[in-house]
Amino acid sequence: RKYMRSPPTPEMATQEVPLNETLAHLKTESETLKSKLEEERAKLHDVELHQVAEKVEGLGQFVMKTRRTLKGHGNKVLCMDWCKDKRRIVSSSQDGKVIVWDAFTTNKEHAVTMPCTWVMACAYAPSGCAVACGGLDNKCSVYPLSLDKNENLAAKKKSVAMHTNYLSACSFTNSDMQILTSSGDGTCALWDVESGQLLQSFHGHAADVLCLDLAPSETGNTFVSGGCDKKANVWDMRSGQCIQSFETHESDINSVRYYPSGDAFASGSDDATCRLYDLRADREVAIYSKDSIIFGVSSVDFSLSGRLLFGGYNDYTINVWDVLKGTRVSILFGHENRVSTLRVSPDGTAFCTGSWDHTLRIWA
Amino acid sequence: MCLHTGNDTIAWISNKMKTTTEEAQAFGTMLVAYGYIYPLQNHKKLVMCNDSSLYRFQTPYFWPTQKWVPDDSDYAIYLAKRNIRKKGVLEPYEQAHYNHLHEWLNHKWDFIVMQAAEQYKAGKERKKPDRVVFDCQERAYWMVNRPPVSLSNSNMFYQQAIMRSKVKSSVSLGALVKYITTYKNHDPFLASCLPSNPWQTDHDAYWTLNMRRVEVPTKMRVERWSFSLFELLSDLRGRDDFKIFLKKEFSGENLAFWEAAEELKWGTSSSMSTKAETIFKTFLAPGAPRWINIDGRTMGLTVKGLEHPHRYVLEAAQTHVFLLMKKDTFFRYLKSPTYKDIQKKALNPEPHNFSPGIHPIILWQQEEEEKAKAAAASAPVDVKAMMSKIDRKK
Repeated sequence: RKYMRSPPTPEMATQEVPLNETLAHLKTESETLKSKLEEERAKLHDVELHQVAEKVEGLGQFVMKTRRTLKGHGNKVLCMDWCKDKRRIVSSSQDGKVIVWDAFTTNKEHAVTMPCTWVMACAYAPSGCAVACGGLDNKCSVYPLSLDKNENLAAKKKSVAMHTNYLSACSFTNSDMQILTSSGDGTCALWDVESGQLLQSFHGHAADVLCLDLAPSETGNTFVSGGCDKKANVWDMRSGQCIQSFETHESDINSVRYYPSGDAFASGSDDATCRLYDLRADREVAIYSKDSIIFGVSSVDFSLSGRLLFGGYNDYTINVWDVLKGTRVSILFGHENRVSTLRVSPDGTAFCTGSWDHTLRIWA
Repeated sequence: MCLHTGNDTIAWISNKMKTTTEEAQAFGTMLVAYGYIYPLQNHKKLVMCNDSSLYRFQTPYFWPTQKWVPDDSDYAIYLAKRNIRKKGVLEPYEQAHYNHLHEWLNHKWDFIVMQAAEQYKAGKERKKPDRVVFDCQERAYWMVNRPPVSLSNSNMFYQQAIMRSKVKSSVSLGALVKYITTYKNHDPFLASCLPSNPWQTDHDAYWTLNMRRVEVPTKMRVERWSFSLFELLSDLRGRDDFKIFLKKEFSGENLAFWEAAEELKWGTSSSMSTKAETIFKTFLAPGAPRWINIDGRTMGLTVKGLEHPHRYVLEAAQTHVFLLMKKDTFFRYLKSPTYKDIQKKALNPEPHNFSPGIHPIILWQQEEEEKAKAAAASAPVDVKAMMSKIDRKK
């Protein structure tokens, strides 16, 4: 629905429905339950975030600059991900190219051309030995990387995930052996890389799912997804159940990212706002917006401590927000077209942005 | 109309299109998903399986390429027709659709019922085998174009959400603030990282000093291990140090079990049963060499679960062990000589002082002063003035 029109997408599985329930009856019950939930949430809401933030020291001035510009893509950069070594990155673009860079030296280390255009998703494996990517081919493929520069990476390509519409995002779990994907077909799925087997599918979004992020917790069993249905859903990876859902955005949610403690997450939307959701209080607790910001947010990420929220916007800028006080602390210019992707490095020393201007930039 | 199995179909596609089995299966699933081929057995799951399950080609009449829009009147006629054939044959979601369509297409309901009756009559005149096939084809068509919707899913969800334990805002927001305060000095955007941020100074010493296997870690890194057991275990260098402590206490089996459970959870599907067996023999079986001390109930459930191992079979045991380490072992580690020792040894790198050099204005001033001195030193001597100066001094 976002990038191309398609026939109504078939469901991959159905659930049991009790007999003799009419649509009307269910709808009234739904409304009643919804208001009861709001009532319960309101009872526990005893303080606002900015009130708690009053006791916290303000932030100083920031000097963030472009430290590296990576040129090499011939078309819009759509996605990027960091390697755990804190300096390498993988990026993918509209012309089907996937490039692995040493961002510190700006050298290109590997390049693969996918058989499809619009490679909307890419991810680096935790071991640093492989990358995954996909897009309009409806699949997620894994390419093992090689030290031999002359080796043809495409030869060792392994097809892992298979959806019935475009792949919007992918991420390895805690190992190279599993991949989590989200798709324009409205579902997310967990796959075993070695066999390509579907381990679990996640149904609940009513439209394209655009983004996902795995929880950084000790149990590591949940993830959050955002979609064109304006919903952000939190899922249990073991059961496939949606355990929490938030619907406060006014348009597509393009990006979701967990707060470093795993107890909250941020989202970025076409409605030009970023929002913070507290998982334990089960509510939205902050909206990051300004009258002068009218273009959609494509991508968000937190700094290491969670104090700063970086947002890449469709008006070519990056806005930096004070998560606690809700104010914007900095606006960064440099890209010459939409910022399509933004990720903070694993040790928090920098963040990388990818843009429709064909370049990637490292900021610190 | 002949039946064919999934694996035959996939082999045919693979051969015809000169592609791999994987690719052929993906292509086959697309054919099913969009209604060119339909499954006979599990008619609700629109995928092509590489096994002996049966499929049939859909009649071209129902292909999406016909560009016939499957509108609500057609669907209403279809459902009405099925109702005529046999009452109560509609699935709950179909019944809900039927009721809804009856309401909003009420103005043309007579027409719909008439069409349904006509089609039903025409169907009866066909030979039975043909009729059965046509019914399958029509059902498959509507499965693609009006997929089953789970209706009471959202109500169940709201009920669960209401019952889920929630925390007061002051408590959860307080925790978010506490996290920020704890990590503030470790955030390179808020505090300088020592010796310097590689991206700012082009010097990668910060990364070299913090590598996986350094003998002596930095002070900041060691401090971070004390923030939580999760931090300590996530940093493999910290985990190493924790293992040194555990060895001294002869209590390494809990961590070893936790690591083995992680490997099971995140490993390949094919390796699961072998791993489960090894874990049972090493940690859980009576008299096992590294027997872990967990409560009887958890042990019972885990051992039973291991009869049919799956990815999360060790979840309960792993959580129990993790909590044990978190509430007891971790705090003893922080007070131990092992930790205090590494704290003392830890490096505190000097900040890189890449000064931009002396400012040009200062350099220019210095240069001017030197020039003036040199000029004064090489000027011709005025003997008369010098003599009178000497006289005056006398």
